[in-house]
Amino acid sequence: MNSIYLDHAATTPVRREVLDAMLPFLRERFGNPSSMHRWGRDARVALDEARERVAATIGARSDELCFTSGGTEADNLAILGSWHLVRETRPAVVTSPSEHKAVLATAHRVAHEGGEERLARVTSDGVVDIADIERLVDERVAVVSIMWVNNEVGTIQDVPRIGAIARARGALMHTDAVQAFGKLPIDVRLQPIDLLSISGHKVGAPKGIGAMFVRRGVQIDPLFHGGTQDRGRRPGTENVAFAVGFATAAELVVAERERECARLRALRDELQEAILAAVPDAIVHGRAANRASHILSLSIAGIDAESMLMALDLEGIACSAGSACQSGSIAPSHVLSAMGVRPDLGNSTIRMSLGALSTAEAIRHVAARFPALVNKARGFSRAA
Amino acid sequence: MRDEKGARVLVAMSGGVDSSVTAGLLVEQGYDVVGATMKLFCHGDEVPDRPCCSLDSINDARRVCDTLGIPHYVLNMESAFGRDVVDDFVAEYARGRTPIPCVRCNTFTKFRDLVHKADAIDASWVATGHYARMVRGELHRGLDPAKDQSYFLWGIDRAVLSRLMLPVGVLTKAETRERARAMGLRVVADKVESQDICFVPNGDHTVIVAARLGSGAPALARGNFVRADGRVVGQHEGFVRYTVGQRRGVPGGFAEPMFVTEIRAATREVVIGPRDELLGRGVVARELRWLVDAPDVGARVEVQVRHRAAPARAEIVRIEGDEIELALDEPVSAIAPGQSMVLYRGDLVLGGGVIEAARRALPVLAA
Repeated sequence: MNSIYLDHAATTPVRREVLDAMLPFLRERFGNPSSMHRWGRDARVALDEARERVAATIGARSDELCFTSGGTEADNLAILGSWHLVRETRPAVVTSPSEHKAVLATAHRVAHEGGEERLARVTSDGVVDIADIERLVDERVAVVSIMWVNNEVGTIQDVPRIGAIARARGALMHTDAVQAFGKLPIDVRLQPIDLLSISGHKVGAPKGIGAMFVRRGVQIDPLFHGGTQDRGRRPGTENVAFAVGFATAAELVVAERERECARLRALRDELQEAILAAVPDAIVHGRAANRASHILSLSIAGIDAESMLMALDLEGIACSAGSACQSGSIAPSHVLSAMGVRPDLGNSTIRMSLGALSTAEAIRHVAARFPALVNKARGFSRAA
Repeated sequence: MRDEKGARVLVAMSGGVDSSVTAGLLVEQGYDVVGATMKLFCHGDEVPDRPCCSLDSINDARRVCDTLGIPHYVLNMESAFGRDVVDDFVAEYARGRTPIPCVRCNTFTKFRDLVHKADAIDASWVATGHYARMVRGELHRGLDPAKDQSYFLWGIDRAVLSRLMLPVGVLTKAETRERARAMGLRVVADKVESQDICFVPNGDHTVIVAARLGSGAPALARGNFVRADGRVVGQHEGFVRYTVGQRRGVPGGFAEPMFVTEIRAATREVVIGPRDELLGRGVVARELRWLVDAPDVGARVEVQVRHRAAPARAEIVRIEGDEIELALDEPVSAIAPGQSMVLYRGDLVLGGGVIEAARRALPVLAA
């Protein structure tokens, strides 16, 4: 066992079926979907099909799905795009401090542009306080944005309930469903959601493709300006090959969801129990809340996450800590601080995220090695 | 384990040519090399050409490690570096002294905090790209006198010396660049070297002091230029801009060139005088640290009070706690409080300290 990838929440490998589906559009079927000739028609048909297929995986209609470059663009487009059009009467956005930076920074942008940013409290279990949502969402709010599954700790938010609150007050409901897609049942016909973001590379498609669901009737001001692609919501020649790849990955991940989640949950719980048995004072974040099946976030007092990640990597085990910054170093996690985790524990946090590459053998190997590395890391930090 | 080929070495990599060649040489010698770049301060104000620590430099270090086929990590040491190095840098300037942050970075960040990281990954050795040499567990000057960096290394914990490797210390800079090219490290082989302090933008330390202390701080406020006898001879815009021995920015109109001879922070006075008022016959240093068994009072040593200064012969006249006083055989010019005083015997580094004061008169042996 010299390479174990436990960082599926960061990204996943492109599936073979996905690559196979994409290749023709990088080769002979290379047309621009806006062209009128046969190459264009061929690409356009493939793009429309891909759009319909991705839409179907979340219960949406084809015209409700807009391809983007990924989750970050979808979050920006959903929040800024909807806020821009109603900002005179509804200047505020509501979100939480445990959101992905793509949402938090966009909310800051709203405030910077003269709007108002309201942050709902997060409990120590990593759950957004519904009472605080009730308090913050009023007739001055344009959009409420709460992520469905937290990318650092895996906690599941009650998005349908928050959506109902938003709707009741005339606000739009957006959810960053990047980590939820393929992990939770998503059906926008049944769930009160107006805008939703998903990303390809978390589910076996390449980096550089994502999508935003926009419910029919919801107006969006585009971020980009140019042609009329995607009904003017997202100008620019469409990335046909990646859209086709995303459609293939999305269908696979949704079809496999129940079985794969049960498998990952069993492995995750096994790993969690093994670590807790050997390191009883380890803190599992979000343990008391509903958690997605693939994420295990642990704080272990007395270890330095950075050293631990190096030691793990040198043994071939790839995990992560907090959120990585551009340099590749570790930055303190805003999610853990929002949950009220002490800063010293925040610097002692390791996130393991399971997925397609997580075999039972790999998980057992990690379960066996992890406690030894913890003991060593603790010994050294005491000596220091 | 540690002497065998295949022992693990953590190499501090700045993204420059010296540390890159350090890693490359150790790979060639068969060690299990792990590269690490310390992120020491915020990249908010990104300066593309900074010598180290910038995003570009981190990326260069990563590419070098990729070329060498070794792992590379970025270590976030911002808060400790801010506390141990930047805070002290600002406090020293506020006291009218001239600090050397590189010394404290070596003492605390590289050879203490980074060594802890090495422990955590079972690395028995730590290596850097300094131009100095380890000889039988002792620290020596680098072979290339033009590049020797031993002056900055006196503060290392002596216990760490036995795990330290400084492989470029036997090379000249030109040889190091040649090695880089031979190793295929084109990214760094011809990189321009900067003498600037890594966290000081554009070489202007007053920016950092002002940012930390506020532009109204006494160190940045107008004060008087005075002669040693107290006569006011002009005004300056903040003593933080001056260092002992400095000529630039000093009022003219005197018979001889004038230099800063002393900074009196309490009264914001910058004392100026002709060249002979710069001369000291003794030096007092604190934070004394030995890298060899401590010599006795009365021992003869060579002392260097500035980077690149010629070593001067001296005698130890007093050691009390972490304070040491030397008598200089010949007068030495511009002994600046805050700079390092490093003691040598030939190429061997004996130890050092931070200069507290110069003595105008020759100190005498206490006993």
